Amino acid sequence: MGDKLWFLIPEIWLFVGAVAVSVMGLSPSKLARDSAPYVVSFFLAVALVAIPFIYADADRLGRAALLMPALGPYVKMVVCAIGIVLAMLSVGLIDRGLEGEMRSGRARFDPIRVSRGEFFAFFLLSLIGVMLVCNANDLIWLFLALELTSLPTYIMVAISRPSTKAQEAAVKYFFLGALAAALFLYGFALLYGATGTIVLTEMRQAMADQAASGGLSRLSIVGMILALLGVSYKIVAVPMHFYAADVYEGAASPVTAFLAFVPKTAGMIAFILLLGTVGWSGHEASGAAGLPQPILVTLWMIAVLTMTLGNVGAMLQRSAKRLLAYSSIAHSGYLLIGVIAGPGLGLNAVLFYLLAYGVMNTAAFAVLCGLERRGEEIESLDDLAGLRHRHPLMAVVMAIAALSLIGFPPLLGFVGKLYLFVAGIQAERLPLVVIAALNSAVSAWYYLRLVGLPILAMPSPQSETITRRPVAWPRVAAVLTALTLLVAPFFANKLMPAATTTPAGDTPAAVDLSHAGESGGDGLAPVER
Amino acid sequence: MTWLWPALMLLVPLAGAAAIVLAPARQAKWIALLATTATFAHSVILAFAFEHWHDGGFGLAASIPWLGLESIGITFTFGADSVALLLVLLTTLLVPLCVWGSFTAISERVKEYYAWLLVIEAAMVGVFVARDLIFFYICFEFTLIPMYFLIAIWGSGDRARACTKFFLYTFTGSLIALAGLLYVAWQYAEANAMILTDGAGQLVRDLSWSFDIASLTSFASSQLTTSEQAWVLAALLAGFAVKVPLFPLHTWLPLAHTEAPAAGSVILAGVLLKLGTYGLYRFVLPMVPEAVVEYAPAIAVISIIGIIYAALICWVQDDLKRLVAFSSVSHLGFCVLGLVALNPLGAQGSVLYMINHGLSTGALFFLIGMIYERYHTRDMHEMSGLSKVMPVWAFFMVFFTMSSVGLPGLNGFVSEFLCLIGAFTASPDAATFPGRLGPWYAVAAGAGMILAAMYLLMMVGKTVFGPLKEPAVAAGAHHGPTLPADLSWREIGVLAPLAVLCVYLGFQPKPVTDAVEGSIDDLLATYPARVRQYAATHPDVGGVELTLVREERSDG
Repeated sequence: MGDKLWFLIPEIWLFVGAVAVSVMGLSPSKLARDSAPYVVSFFLAVALVAIPFIYADADRLGRAALLMPALGPYVKMVVCAIGIVLAMLSVGLIDRGLEGEMRSGRARFDPIRVSRGEFFAFFLLSLIGVMLVCNANDLIWLFLALELTSLPTYIMVAISRPSTKAQEAAVKYFFLGALAAALFLYGFALLYGATGTIVLTEMRQAMADQAASGGLSRLSIVGMILALLGVSYKIVAVPMHFYAADVYEGAASPVTAFLAFVPKTAGMIAFILLLGTVGWSGHEASGAAGLPQPILVTLWMIAVLTMTLGNVGAMLQRSAKRLLAYSSIAHSGYLLIGVIAGPGLGLNAVLFYLLAYGVMNTAAFAVLCGLERRGEEIESLDDLAGLRHRHPLMAVVMAIAALSLIGFPPLLGFVGKLYLFVAGIQAERLPLVVIAALNSAVSAWYYLRLVGLPILAMPSPQSETITRRPVAWPRVAAVLTALTLLVAPFFANKLMPAATTTPAGDTPAAVDLSHAGESGGDGLAPVER
Repeated sequence: MTWLWPALMLLVPLAGAAAIVLAPARQAKWIALLATTATFAHSVILAFAFEHWHDGGFGLAASIPWLGLESIGITFTFGADSVALLLVLLTTLLVPLCVWGSFTAISERVKEYYAWLLVIEAAMVGVFVARDLIFFYICFEFTLIPMYFLIAIWGSGDRARACTKFFLYTFTGSLIALAGLLYVAWQYAEANAMILTDGAGQLVRDLSWSFDIASLTSFASSQLTTSEQAWVLAALLAGFAVKVPLFPLHTWLPLAHTEAPAAGSVILAGVLLKLGTYGLYRFVLPMVPEAVVEYAPAIAVISIIGIIYAALICWVQDDLKRLVAFSSVSHLGFCVLGLVALNPLGAQGSVLYMINHGLSTGALFFLIGMIYERYHTRDMHEMSGLSKVMPVWAFFMVFFTMSSVGLPGLNGFVSEFLCLIGAFTASPDAATFPGRLGPWYAVAAGAGMILAAMYLLMMVGKTVFGPLKEPAVAAGAHHGPTLPADLSWREIGVLAPLAVLCVYLGFQPKPVTDAVEGSIDDLLATYPARVRQYAATHPDVGGVELTLVREERSDG
């Protein structure tokens, strides 16, 4: 147990931060309340620095008996780094009106009414949830960690801005989230029934035994598919993607940026862990079953539908936030290519793409967060028209972010997509990669509007009234992330996951070389066992 | 630091672009002129020091490691053979002229304009010197962004549609080409996989990816099956044929050309279209020779359709720029025809054509830009007899039109003639270099030459000669410095180098054809055997119809 606990040090540290922030938020001192996002950033920064040292001890990591030990350090560091940027976006968001009233003396400090402390405490708790997902070693832990990621976000959406839209979005998000939780909990229950264990490493062995004696039981396949569909909600994949546009639009932009990255990361890790129990084709040396046909087909269809529907949906949008919501759906589809491709290059590509997506998506949202019109958010694409004339830097950032989202070389998004595609091809999923490439071409059409409108269009009367948010941090974050998109590709080596992400005790199978190259083609060949 | 010297070709323009962004707007054009001239001088020095002018080898080689993970290595690898170096010279010559030619035409957002011109120069040079697939792809794609902005900001009329269409067409095409190239890379990795023993004593296959163009090319040409080659050919054509552009995929070009600013059109016609033919030369022909042999007649037919179809469209144009734009579609058809003739004459003609078309069509776009700057119209009905007010302009107009028509003694003639001769002699029973084409292909394409003479001479007749009619310049339409009625010294200075080169290459094409001979010999070395073998296994080879019918069968 002590070994497991050791790897929770970052989470425990951040929990201390969450408690500290929630208390500070109740302070009558304005300075204490205002410092909440900085305190959050401080805790995240310390965790970021500490994680490599915590994970340095390989023996201890082995004793912790995790299913995928290599996931932890990379994902946690990415979450901490992006978390700092997300905290920068949220500076001055919560209680803005109330703080203004208090400053002008129209309202007195009232601990009941302030919610900034809670917001940032929930912010940290949600990040803790993601990090806990990486450490999950049984289904209960996985479920609790996933819920810890999601539950704070429901509240964050609701309190993100004083508008009924946010409340509506929160309620919708909550109920659909509860439905999804029920779905994957049901799947977990079936998995327990099928294998008699909730511990992932043991479940892996049970699945391997099943596979060895005449294939996976129907119960475990149904359970796995239900669990995957439920978790699809977190990564906004089809068929659980319906909420995305409305919720993303309803929440305040900084929270939307949070939603687009944090639950998606948690969901992706959960996907990888769940699939890790059945194993991937070509990696079944340690006796795991290999990805069974029904699950593979399900994943394949989810991936194709997700990227296609996401891109088609995004084309029809007039609101920048809805557009980015659909783009978030589409990118989940791309990520699933790496998940299907499996350990080694595939999962490493997923992790790297999560980082790249986190940076470029946050850059796009940072532009929306950095500007406002009479205290209201800018949302529609028309608001962005002619941004160059009054806010040239923001226009450039938006263009860079959009080009990176297209996957335009040599930006970070291109490197990420290249790794995903190479991984897909290496895993003999050529049709999937071709579909993704065509989808990227389609996506260029709507992302180009994010490039063209700010830089090329003439400002409309509507966009003339756009001003900067009084807080500079979101714009600083925008510039920082844009610079990262430009510079990071040249150091992409250093940003890749160092360790090969493979289930513990697994080694790539000794492939029968006489059949190498024959099994190419559509990649849907049944895994005969 | 040996990589630094050749890399300066890319770094100087990029540094210039950075300097322009930082410097005040007044100095932008001077910095741009300085940087592009320096790049040109640098490339000339490189050309003189180049050691492989005659043996087809690659010089200027340098490699900088970039991305490497697991067993994937991506590098910035340079290297140029004579063909690439000639195209680099064309690029570095045209860009300073574009900068100089834009001095008066561009009066708003000057800093961005010159910065984008420099960035596109770096990207174009990068395409020609890249010896790593991913590096090539990055440069190939990155030409889109500057061009997108050049059209979108400084273009005319329908620019929003033009730039979007341009971007989407070429982006989609090159993504498909990337998929094809990645497939080749994957097959290479599979074939070169090493079998290692891992810690647990089990055998592990370790794919060793490489994106080195040379090794991929030699692998693909010898190891891929014919049906695989056909698929790769289709994917590569999707990318490169859009750029050339070949017949059904050409619709973005007239729009983009027409709406782009003069310098943008010059770069588009002069260099960007050549990225497509260069791609055919560098990737398609050496990588998938069997598929090329099989589909050469089909590609030739498409090119000939393009030649005739675009020429007929030219005939009915009122807009000068649209006319020259469509004439590019027609001319580049000859270029592709020469390549798929699969013999040295055709290939030499094709490479020479790439350069000549860049010179003469580039100059024509400059000339039209000068008219547009003065009269703000490009409608041929609104002008005639301009030789009376602009004799110098009229001289250059007639001169470059003749070069474009293919008047013997000027450059266009040599290359067009070589391409046609190539197609003519590429019959299956030819002794040294049998091909899949034949006299009929040359005859059909030759009709395009006649049509070209008709529409180009008609254009000159309408604008230069006849009774004087000057377009009415709308009041207030003219902004920027006033221009003299006829060409200024600056404008003559832009056109004169091109004119000199046109005459020189018309009388003395031999230095160029000699220079590319070695590279072409390497390129075509295996083709005669392949064509003979193909003819032996397909005794019924008669025409295109048969080839198309056989497509289904060859897959099985």
